[in-house]
Amino acid sequence: MLFRKATDLTYADVTPKAVYLDRRRFLQAVGIVGATALAGKRLFELAMPSRTALAATKFDDLIKSPFSTTEKQNSYENVTHYNNFYEFGTDKGDPAKNAQKFNTSNWVVSVEGDVAKPRKFTMEEILKIAPLEERIYRHRCVEAWSIVLPWIGFSFSSLVKLVEPTEKAKFVAFQSYYDSRQMPQGRWAGIEFPYVEGLRVDEAMNPLTLLCVGMYGESLPNQDGAPVRMVIPWKYGFKSIKSLVKIKFQSKMPPTTWNLAAPNEYGFYSNVNPHVDHPRWSQAKERRLGEIFRRDTLMFNGYGDQVASMYNGMDLKKYY
Amino acid sequence: MRALLTSKSTKVAVFLVCLIPLGTLVWRGFHNGLGANPVENIQLTTGDWTLRFLVFTLCITPFRKVLNLSDLIRFRRMLGLFAFSYLCIHFLTYLVLDQSLDPSAIWKDVAKRPFITVGFLGFLLLLPLAITSTAGWIRRLGGKRWQMLHRAIYFAAVCGVIHYYWKVKSDVRMPLFYGALVGILLLWRLGDWFFKRRSAAGAKLSPQHVPANPAQ
Repeated sequence: MLFRKATDLTYADVTPKAVYLDRRRFLQAVGIVGATALAGKRLFELAMPSRTALAATKFDDLIKSPFSTTEKQNSYENVTHYNNFYEFGTDKGDPAKNAQKFNTSNWVVSVEGDVAKPRKFTMEEILKIAPLEERIYRHRCVEAWSIVLPWIGFSFSSLVKLVEPTEKAKFVAFQSYYDSRQMPQGRWAGIEFPYVEGLRVDEAMNPLTLLCVGMYGESLPNQDGAPVRMVIPWKYGFKSIKSLVKIKFQSKMPPTTWNLAAPNEYGFYSNVNPHVDHPRWSQAKERRLGEIFRRDTLMFNGYGDQVASMYNGMDLKKYY
Repeated sequence: MRALLTSKSTKVAVFLVCLIPLGTLVWRGFHNGLGANPVENIQLTTGDWTLRFLVFTLCITPFRKVLNLSDLIRFRRMLGLFAFSYLCIHFLTYLVLDQSLDPSAIWKDVAKRPFITVGFLGFLLLLPLAITSTAGWIRRLGGKRWQMLHRAIYFAAVCGVIHYYWKVKSDVRMPLFYGALVGILLLWRLGDWFFKRRSAAGAKLSPQHVPANPAQ
């Protein structure tokens, strides 16, 4: 870089967290401040996308998980400013912009259907179900980009054991929160809300399936599905439903939002599979954020050892 | 107005303005301003600007006639070539950064995926127009034939809109917006052609009648 001198450090556009988390970004920020001092701050503000600060609760004493990958993690900044949450808009930067005022206080998750002990959980109760773990997972979007990030939560099975599903329960249906006043951008998304998703009960009970309450050592930012969401790392990202309010055990396969919108493009299973392409683009490769060239996509997103046996004998081209 | 349109400095100014999107991209690229997925950012931005410049190019003829500003023709080639230039960056990032210049992967992608096929077709349609955009080529082809050839831009613009429409997952507002613009500009041409034909036929029937067409 050309810029040698950092004169005034008033870089209000970058969240201080991202700066202290990532030394390289900090140095770049210093460089940019130097540049703006020289080239004029106005021009800089015109040409740079804005950054927003986020309030969050810290979690201590997280248990390290054997499921964690040792791959390089993406920065908090990238993960929180590039994602899909169509209720808040369809651009990758929209959730970060539009979810800032999303009110998640007095959150309640209702568990119902074919269970012996249906009940409602407050967030305080959810946080006490099991000790919180940090799990560094690969996350593969159906749009062929991927990230690696440290989620916080516990196996969804811990919650399931509390409600005791009956014999009839074969599937779990999930539902997101939706409020058109808080999420006015959702009306243009082109998909139906509230967002719904589903898993087979054995998929839901797989230890990898995470009930997630945080990331990067803190509670979930609004734009990433606060205050509680699912994370299913061997499936495309849209299966990992955000801002969860309802869990229902049932005998029938539940409808899922993207399958309803385009049944030929998005199946119920939506396992990451490099051999089954999306009708409009290839799934053989993906771009890990931060990399220039694409890398090969792994079967079940690299979690085959833990999950492949659940699909023995199934034609995954048919059940995509 | 005429002096402004015919002045050399106006042309230079328009040229520089057309470079601003590229300049902004480069500047952001060097200052970590392209977000988490810079390659995608470059692809979406250059794709957008290709469509915009195609629309600007298609605006020239209707604006010349409706506003009676025939000197606007001086900017048409430049705008068209800017559309092609942004398209080249768009296409090159796909070839190099998405497909790593692997010919079999590219061929499979172009053959298998309609949205890639139609985008590629748009590129193929614009390529001869860029090559034959010089005065020498107009002479070699002859004005009539050259004009025929360059009507391919209508189909290229339609390809661009379809490419965009098929690319998005569910929010089709922007593709429809560009589709509406291109639709209006092409319908205007159809109306103009129809009107001209009718008034030409009318002129033949009654020689006293002079068709009122200020643009001629």
